Amino acid sequence: MAKQKTMASSPKRVVGTVLGTGFFAILCFIIIFPVFAGLLASFRPGTELIRRGLSVDLNVTTMNLNNYKYLFSGNADSIKYFMWYKNSLLITIISVALTLIICYFVAYGLTMYEFRFKNALFTIVLATMMVPFEILMLPLYKEIIALKLIDTYVGVIIIGLCSASTIFFFRQYLSGLPKDLLDAARIDGCSEYGISVRIILPLAKPAFASMGILSAMGAWNAILWPLLVLKGAEKFTLPIGLNTLLTPYGNNYDVLIAGSMFGILPIFIIFLIFQKYIIDGMTAGAVKG
Amino acid sequence: MKIKNFLYSQKVAPYVFVLPFILSFFIFWVYPLITAFTMSFQDIGAIKSEWIGFANYAKLLKDNVFHIAVWNSVKYMFFTLVLLIPFPMLFAVLLDSNLVKAKGVWKAILYMPALTSVVISGTLFRLMFTEYTTGQMNMITAALGLGTYKWLKMGWSGMLALLIVACWRWTGVNMLYFLSGLKSIDTSLYEAADIDGATSWQKFKYVTLPLLKPTTVYVLTISVYAGLAMFLESYMLWAGNSSPNNIGLTIVGYLYKRGIEKNDMGYACAVGVVLLVVALIINFAQLIMNGTFKKGED
Repeated sequence: MAKQKTMASSPKRVVGTVLGTGFFAILCFIIIFPVFAGLLASFRPGTELIRRGLSVDLNVTTMNLNNYKYLFSGNADSIKYFMWYKNSLLITIISVALTLIICYFVAYGLTMYEFRFKNALFTIVLATMMVPFEILMLPLYKEIIALKLIDTYVGVIIIGLCSASTIFFFRQYLSGLPKDLLDAARIDGCSEYGISVRIILPLAKPAFASMGILSAMGAWNAILWPLLVLKGAEKFTLPIGLNTLLTPYGNNYDVLIAGSMFGILPIFIIFLIFQKYIIDGMTAGAVKG
Repeated sequence: MKIKNFLYSQKVAPYVFVLPFILSFFIFWVYPLITAFTMSFQDIGAIKSEWIGFANYAKLLKDNVFHIAVWNSVKYMFFTLVLLIPFPMLFAVLLDSNLVKAKGVWKAILYMPALTSVVISGTLFRLMFTEYTTGQMNMITAALGLGTYKWLKMGWSGMLALLIVACWRWTGVNMLYFLSGLKSIDTSLYEAADIDGATSWQKFKYVTLPLLKPTTVYVLTISVYAGLAMFLESYMLWAGNSSPNNIGLTIVGYLYKRGIEKNDMGYACAVGVVLLVVALIINFAQLIMNGTFKKGED
């Protein structure tokens, strides 16, 4: 964005550009560094991490693929790891699909109609965001036990299906669409639900993309709630499973470090492909305030 | 047929649409919130629970470990506000200027930490802050002639480690918030300022800063909550919910310890209620000082 006027003297401009760009290059180097060091460490035996901590050693001759070979070897650790991976994928896909559908329709109702409790409801949506989840965590845990949903994926997923921030984002997006469309469709004999699915939903595809990716990232990385609900090791998600590799009796850094790096992969790929949607979705609340 | 007509009418349809939210709101928000309050006045046993009035709160007042947890959380929140608002804002202004090339690359890289699970980033940082001289942090401080430290065993350096993790994770995210705020500022305002002969600093102070205010208030609000409710970063940095002398213990960490590890749910709920009250007070004070409510009236 050319907000400042281009400076007349070009040498000064060149120096400025070099300094500005260089600053971000250094900043990004610092940001990448821990993950890069982790990646290097994943090519070395885990015992080295226990002995030396994370240190950057670029000596290629001491690197090998043993940790990754072990991870994919099909032994007990490997089976466990990919079970967690599969569980995380399953939970992520189901919870994102359901969250998007439910939040879209709730936001649709809140945007496209005039009804008695509309404003009150929207205020409630915002108010639920003002209470940190951690306060509700213990009562919810008891509630999930009482509902016999403990140690089930339903118990993990169900509490987040009506995500206030997702409803908020869909509402922001939908309120930008012309309401004349609804009347036109009604005249053509389309039902209220038919309009929401066939007319408006296709127009909201970018909103689905933004929210889909953001909630996928949240679900893939979620720890606190799955940690409480899931009890059996065969049901663990990837972050919780990785966490169990750290015990007071010894750490399995071989699997942990290679598994962590391989666990970052899907989300990084999705991010690189859908970057624009992520940033749109994330910053929607920040501008309008 | 009658029921179908009723459900399909324009009067009833909106209620059908919002029904899932209403159900979820009562079952997974109102009910647990009320339960959190009622449980905080109880001694929750495995078989039966007993009303004990304000006894849990009275105990909290005298509980030194809880005081440490509150102080840690408040300190952490304060420093994250100091570090994670002005710097990301400046970075955003710089990135928005024409002095920086390859903006897309920097934006993507700065956002990457937020994609990384706390389990993974916590593990990486724990290994970087190792007490061995071969760890990253000790190598850096040794190279600067500052000696080596047992980072995760002392109060100040433990807090520093938590703050470094926070900066690593959130600088890029907050920068993107400010960047999108900057995009919504009308460029003609800068042109007008140029015609009036304003310097870069004056433009920042009189145009950028006031017009970024909604974004700043938003970032401030979420940062207050995120800071006070921080738990997982500490949990992962110390590989479990206990740190030497509780240097990494936070309010939520204490809630977790009491409620889940020691199964004292009533006491833990009292901790949660205190967290809620503190968070609401700080945020309302902040919003009033920023004039958010006044703006809403006109």
